[in-house]
Formats: sequence, C-alpha cells, structure tokens
Amino acid sequence: MQLSVWTYEGPPHIGAMRVATGMRDVHYLLHAPQGDTYADLLFTMIERRGKRPPVTYTTFQARDLGKDTAELFQSAARDAVARFQPAAMLVGASCTAELIQDDPAGMAQAMRLDIPVIPLELPSYSRKENWGASETFYQIVRALAVGDSSRPAPCQAGSPRPKANLLGPSALGFRHRDDIVEIAKILTALGVEINVTAPLGASAADIARIGEADFNIVLYPEIADTAARWLERQFRQPFTKTIPIGHGATIDFIHEVARLAGVDPAPALDMAEARMPWWSRSVDSTYLTGKRVFIFGDATHAIAAARVARDELGFVVCGLGCYNREFARDLRAAAAEHGVEPLITDDHLEVEEAIAAAHPELVLGTQMERHIAKRLSIPCAVISAPVHVQDFPARHSPQMGFEGANVLFDSWVHPLVMGLEEHLLTMFRDDFEFHDGAGASHLHASAPKAVPLPDQGGARGGCEPQGEPATAAAANPPPTPPLAGRGAMEGELLERTLWTAEAEAELKKIPFFVRGKARRNTERFAEERGLTTISLETLYDAKAHYAR
Amino acid sequence: MIAAAPPVLDQGCASAPVLRERGQREVFCGLTGIVWLHRKMPDAFFLVVGSRTCAHLLQSAAGVMIFAEPRFATAIIEERDLAGLADANEELDRVVRRLLARRPEIRTLFLVGSCPSEVIKLDLARAAQRLAGAFLPDVRIVNYSGSGIETTFTQGEDACLASLVPFMPEAAAGAEPELLIVGALPDIVEDQLLRLVRDLGIARVACLPARESRALPSVGPNTRFLLAQPFLGDTAQALEDRGAVHLSAPFPFGAEGTTDWLHAAARAFGIDEMHFRSVVAPGRERAKRALEHSRAQLEGKRIFFLPDSQLELPLARFLHRELGMVPVEVGTPYLHRAHMAPELAQLPEATVISEGQDVDRQLDRVRASRPDITVCGLGLANPLEAEGFTTKWAIELVFSPIHGFDQAGDLAELFARPIRRRDVLRV
Repeated sequence: MQLSVWTYEGPPHIGAMRVATGMRDVHYLLHAPQGDTYADLLFTMIERRGKRPPVTYTTFQARDLGKDTAELFQSAARDAVARFQPAAMLVGASCTAELIQDDPAGMAQAMRLDIPVIPLELPSYSRKENWGASETFYQIVRALAVGDSSRPAPCQAGSPRPKANLLGPSALGFRHRDDIVEIAKILTALGVEINVTAPLGASAADIARIGEADFNIVLYPEIADTAARWLERQFRQPFTKTIPIGHGATIDFIHEVARLAGVDPAPALDMAEARMPWWSRSVDSTYLTGKRVFIFGDATHAIAAARVARDELGFVVCGLGCYNREFARDLRAAAAEHGVEPLITDDHLEVEEAIAAAHPELVLGTQMERHIAKRLSIPCAVISAPVHVQDFPARHSPQMGFEGANVLFDSWVHPLVMGLEEHLLTMFRDDFEFHDGAGASHLHASAPKAVPLPDQGGARGGCEPQGEPATAAAANPPPTPPLAGRGAMEGELLERTLWTAEAEAELKKIPFFVRGKARRNTERFAEERGLTTISLETLYDAKAHYAR
Repeated sequence: MIAAAPPVLDQGCASAPVLRERGQREVFCGLTGIVWLHRKMPDAFFLVVGSRTCAHLLQSAAGVMIFAEPRFATAIIEERDLAGLADANEELDRVVRRLLARRPEIRTLFLVGSCPSEVIKLDLARAAQRLAGAFLPDVRIVNYSGSGIETTFTQGEDACLASLVPFMPEAAAGAEPELLIVGALPDIVEDQLLRLVRDLGIARVACLPARESRALPSVGPNTRFLLAQPFLGDTAQALEDRGAVHLSAPFPFGAEGTTDWLHAAARAFGIDEMHFRSVVAPGRERAKRALEHSRAQLEGKRIFFLPDSQLELPLARFLHRELGMVPVEVGTPYLHRAHMAPELAQLPEATVISEGQDVDRQLDRVRASRPDITVCGLGLANPLEAEGFTTKWAIELVFSPIHGFDQAGDLAELFARPIRRRDVLRV
C-alpha cells in the first residue's frame, strides 16, 4: 500500500475518459460502482465543458453484487446505444469492477451490437491516468483505422499537398486546445494539410482515415506515442520526435516537419509573433541571468521547460523531475544534460523535499508544486498537468509554437520581482513603501501584513518574509508540511550557528527576498570552516565565496 | 395556509406515492464526507483504504484544502496487496504505524472502507481492533465504510457518526434528561443553536460529533436527541439502540423550520410555551426579515431537485413554505419515511417525490418540465446551463452554513443568486 494525500495522476480509466470525451461520437461504457461519476466534474468544472462526458457508468451497488451484474451491464449498454447512438463504444472496468471479475469485453461482444465495440484492459492497481489515455487511444486506432499498408503514401500517389495527422491532444489536456491552433498555423505556412487531429475533436470515421496521412505529428507522447508507433508499423507513417515548446524547439520542429513533408521550412520560420527572443535579450531581462529554477511535471513538459529555461531565459536548472515513470529514460537523459540529479517520483513529499533542498528562486511545476512553492514562499509558474480551473483559461494561451514561447516568457517571468523593482527594493530598503514587510507590488494579494514579521531566519528553508495570504483559511491553524513533512525544513532549527548582533543587524539590511539565501549560505560557509560564531567578516567572506 | 393549531388537515405529500428509480446514478460516494468531517474533528485523521480512484476523488472534492493541513489520506491498494490477504493486513499496519509515528497529535484514527476494500473483503473492523491494542489509550482506532456500493455522499457522515456511538460513555442511571444535537454543523451555527437551547432553559446539552473526537457525550435512556441533518438514519438507530429517544421535528432550515425544531426540544423538556416564544421571537423575526431580500426573485419560481444529499426534502419545504417556490420534483438518494414525515406533510400535494435515480430519464423530466431552477451536482450543472437551464450546484448546500435563524437569509440567497445572475448578464 502506498500512503498518499495527493496523486499526480488519476486511475487509468480517467485517461480513457479523457480520450472518449475528446472525441465526437464515441461512447464509453464503464463498469463502475456508484460514486465513480465524480470524474464527470473534472470535465464539466475544471475544463468547463458544456456537455456531460460521453460515459455511462453501470453504477452497481452492494445489493447488485450478489446478483448478476452482467444483466446490469448489458441493460446499461443497450440504453446507452439507444440513447446516444454512438459510432463506436469503448467498454471497460474501473478499479472496483476489475476486482469483481465480470468480463465487460465478453459481455459486450455477446450482445452483438451493430457498432464496433472496443474492449479496454486497464490495470487499475499498477497503471495510471496517462497510461490509460495512451492505451485507450492505441486500442481505438487499432480497431478503427482501415487501409492498405502496402499502398503508396498520398504524396507519392500524386496528392497535391502532403498530409499529416496531429496526435495526442485530448480532453483535460493542459493547453491542448490552443496548442493545436499554433501547430495548425505552422502547417498552413508550410503547405502541409492536417488529415486528422485525434483524439480531440475526432470522430470514429476520422480515425478510420488516419492511414491516409504521409506522417504523424506527435504533440503529447504521453498519450500518442503507442498509437504513433503502431501507425508507423502499420501504415509506414514516420512521426515527429521534437516537442515544439519554446522558441528553439519550435524552429527544430519546423525543420523536422519540413523534412518529413519534403517542403521548404522557410515560410514557417519567420513568424511575426515570435517576440520572445527580443523580450529575453532586452535589458530588463538581464536580472534573470542565472536564476535557479526547479522543474517538475510530466516528462514532456518538464524536459521542454528545462531547455527553454536554460537556453532562452538564461536560468540555471537546479532540479528536474517527472511523475510519469513511462518516460523516465527521457527525463534521465535530459537531467544528465543539465547536470542535475533526475527526480522520478509520484510522491509529492519527495518533490517537496527536493525543492526545499535545492533552494530554487523559481519553481516550474504542476498545481502541487504551486502549493509547495507557496508554502516555501518561492515564486512559481505552472507548466504541466495536473492543474486547477485557472489553467484552463478563456484567453488564447498555448505552450507550443512561437506564440506559445511568448506565453511562456510572460507566465514564468511574472512571478519574479521585476528587474527594476528588485533594484529599487535594494536602493530604498529603508523607505516606508519598500520596507521588508511591504513585499513586491505585483504580489499585492499575498503581501504580508504591514507589521514587520519576526525574523525566523532560514528556519523553514524558504525565503522571507513568511506572511501567509489572508484567505478564508486564516482561521485555521497555519499549514504544516503534509504528514509531518519529511521536508528538510524542520531539522535546520536544531543547531544554529551563533550570529553576532552586528552581523545579524547587517543581515537584516539585505533585501528580504534574498536574505534567506544569504543566511543559509553564510551558515553553510561557517559550518564548513568550523566557525562557531558568525561575525560581519564571516558574512562578507561568505558573500565573496558564493558570489556568482 | 396552515391552521393555527393541530390537527393538520392538509396532509401534503405524507402519503403520496414515491417514484422509485433504479439505473445510472450521478452521485458522490460516502468518502466525500471526509471533506467536512475532518474540519469538524481537528484531532481525528481519516485513512481511506482504497484505490487510486479514491485518492483522486478526495483530491477532486477537497480541491485546495488538501494542502492546508491534510488530516486525511489514502492507503492506495497496489497489485501486490491483491495477491494475498495477510499481506494486505501487514501493509495496512505498516502504513498506520508510519502515519501515527509522524502525527503524534492524532487522537482518533478512522479506517475508512471503500469499494475496493469491501470487495476484496479486507476486514477493516478487525484491523481497527488489532491496531487499537497497539495504540490505545493514545489513539482510538475506529472503522466505517464510505464506499460507493454502500453509501451515497452524506451517508458517509452517517456511517462515521454511527461508528462512534458504541464509544459513547453510558449515562448514569437516573441522571437528568440531556439533549443531544446530532450531525456535523459549522461551529458558528452550532454555537447559535446551543445558545438558543440554553436560553430555553435546557442546561444539559451536547453535540455529536464533538469538536474533540475523544470528548464524546454520554448516552442512555435519559438522552433526547434532535437530528440537525436529515441523513442520519443509522446514527439515529444506533442511539435508539442505546436507549436514547428521537425527537421528531422538521429540520432547522428557515424561520419556521428552526422554530419547529427548537419547539420539539422545548416540548420534550417541558419548557413553558410563553417562555419558548419569547426566546425564539428575536431570531425568528431576524430570519423573516432576511428572507424578504430574496422573496422577489424566488416567489412563484418552479424548482427541481436532483438527488444528492438527502437535504432536498427539507430544503424544498423551506423554499415552498417560506419563499413561495413551487417544487416540481424533489429527488433524494434515500428516503427515510419516519425522519421525513414532518417535511413531507408540508410539501404541496402536486410535488413528485422520487427516490434513487436513473439520471438520463430524470434529465428528460427536467427538460420536459422546464423548471426555473434545477438543483444538481457539478457533473450536470454546466451541461444543463449550456442547454439554457438555470442551476444551483447542490454540493455547496452541504459545505455552507445554512441551518438556523441567522443563516436563513444566506440559504435563500444561495438559490436567488443564480436566478439574479441569469437576469443581469447581457452576454
């Protein structure tokens, strides 16, 4: 058993729901107990869909277990087909139904329905959401794609334009809606036609035509990799390996697509909206240089973010990890390239520990890292699912393509104190509007109270100040690390090197957002040299030692 | 209008036929109760023994609270636990030991059963006994089931409270009668009701659940209990089995509901009628004044309740009697005839009362009857809005302070707001 408060991924049948909900005329019959319908509200609330997900839950209860749950299943199947008239039906079991050993596939096939029935085997006790989505999409493609694998590809057959499929976008995908728009823009510029986008927006008939494309564009390997490999074998369709997140990756992607399509990349390379390089080179961005960033998410987004952070914003990647083991190898390779220890875990407590130990100045992660960063008072931006409702925005906000790169620049830089403000805070640190307790102007909502806080030093390993946002939860006791955190934040209180009053006073003159780091560095410096007290000298020796 | 004195001639829906439906249900399981129970009992921890689905549900339902100070978690069953039962018990012991070693402040640990644990017949009751030997007196270990195959949404609270009843101390024989208020209420609401009860002159009064999970009130033949929530059938039965007497009353929603609820206690404790009236008058008048703010929006509007929490019947009665709304259909996941009798008697005869659900058929009835407002879960709210229906999401009614005189206006506003919003938007 695994003790868990937060889970990065749902069970595999949630992945199957994401595929079914993304499609247009596919229905999912899920053998599941009463209560599993909670998953509907992920789609209706977080993604704000105006339609119920196309899922029929058999909703068995305890009183049904002694009887024939098969009857329940078959009548649910009949009702669903009659009411929704899908072009194809997925059948499968949730975690509980897996245990009662009904056979959804067998039961559905015995009914001889006049639509294709696609059975899903999703092992709930060993696999998770992304795997479920990937397996479901693969089974749908396998069952519905038709074609002659020996026929020449369309462009060899004299088709006027090369054709590609866009594979991987699904319901509840982080920014999938807008990524498709950006990729379509690039393909239009290249003169490449989109044959089918799937699963998002595809019908069963669209899947049937999937073999007509010359090649595949895999946008989200977590969902599309298995299907793309099968299509490569079945229809000799090569697929793209570059994920177009970031300016440089978008350029690489354009070259890769142009090569596969046999077209000139030039028309797509020079897009007017590619503003990120100039924003990043302009002088206000100079202060971004060398900022330490910790990155965690699904492997695809985390690896892409690391490249953007280092090559396009000038950050230093001080931590890199992912929660989905299926892509651990790719992540390890990327971590080696950045010279950091890879973190592959689905335990948020381990992630919290790693973040606390790395002392980053910015965290890029999921909703969970956002909360961890808030607790440690570190700026944070979201780069990967799982996410809350605010990361399904109304405005256009892709991650991919040139516009995606613009969005990344804005969203990652926003949580950091602006360069000029950082400068002002240092210059006027005794000014009434810039005192330690005032916080940064752009973080007004979470600005601590005007009362100067007692200096708790680096006790929690975070930056100061440690004002908690005034929320409705203010009446609750202050947050503690989950399950009495294995976080490194606690132990540091035990033995504190003694600061002289003079050194302590000097430390207080350092701006709050770097003071925690100065304190830690100085204490580490003193410890390494066996010093028992920290004087003014020690403080400045350490500053020189750690100078960038 | 109702006659000033009993007998009540209008029987309302008291003997109306109930539409009982089987089929697909769009409801939460009882695990969801943990989301508010852990706030009510800060020294308790809820450990669900279940699958990744259970953890995912709690995370989805608890939203942001999961990070504040988690006092609940899931021991996720993995493949190797399914290989053999002995192994699963050892694993559970290991997880519990690890948890309690880290959280020394926990006084009560609830081992909460789920669909997977029930289906593989993992005996959590026995596990609780086994572990109790190791952790008493510091930690009490209690078991109940919040599984979807056995419980719907708020029934999780019922199962939880019923599991505490055996631990309540025996009241001394011949002790003074004591009033017990049963059901988790927000602290502020609980305090208001306790003040009123004490002002009536009932000095001996306690609550279940208590704010400290180990400070359980005593129970015995001298106990008279009022249900503050309509979903506590098993808890009431367990209390009655220990000799306590249930005071039948409508639930304390609105000016009338709260008055009638308090009146049941006042009568049972022999409180003078004039004194009763003088005590409740100020709150009752405040509530009536507060309700007037929403009346214009709600009067004459037709309302349809989909089943969710068992609060539907009392809320329909409140909206009908005190704000003039017209209930079209009132669905409830489970209908406790005896506890609901005072509510049913006050609903208009034309109301369809339904128990259980076949969600697609019920949605057909919503579409056919075109109510002004539909009360439903979050899985249905936006899809119905997209079809042009105004909705009120039901879960908020469980998470918000809505009982008693001083929340009556807020409760009405919860229903008035979606209608007002529909009228002000020009997009």
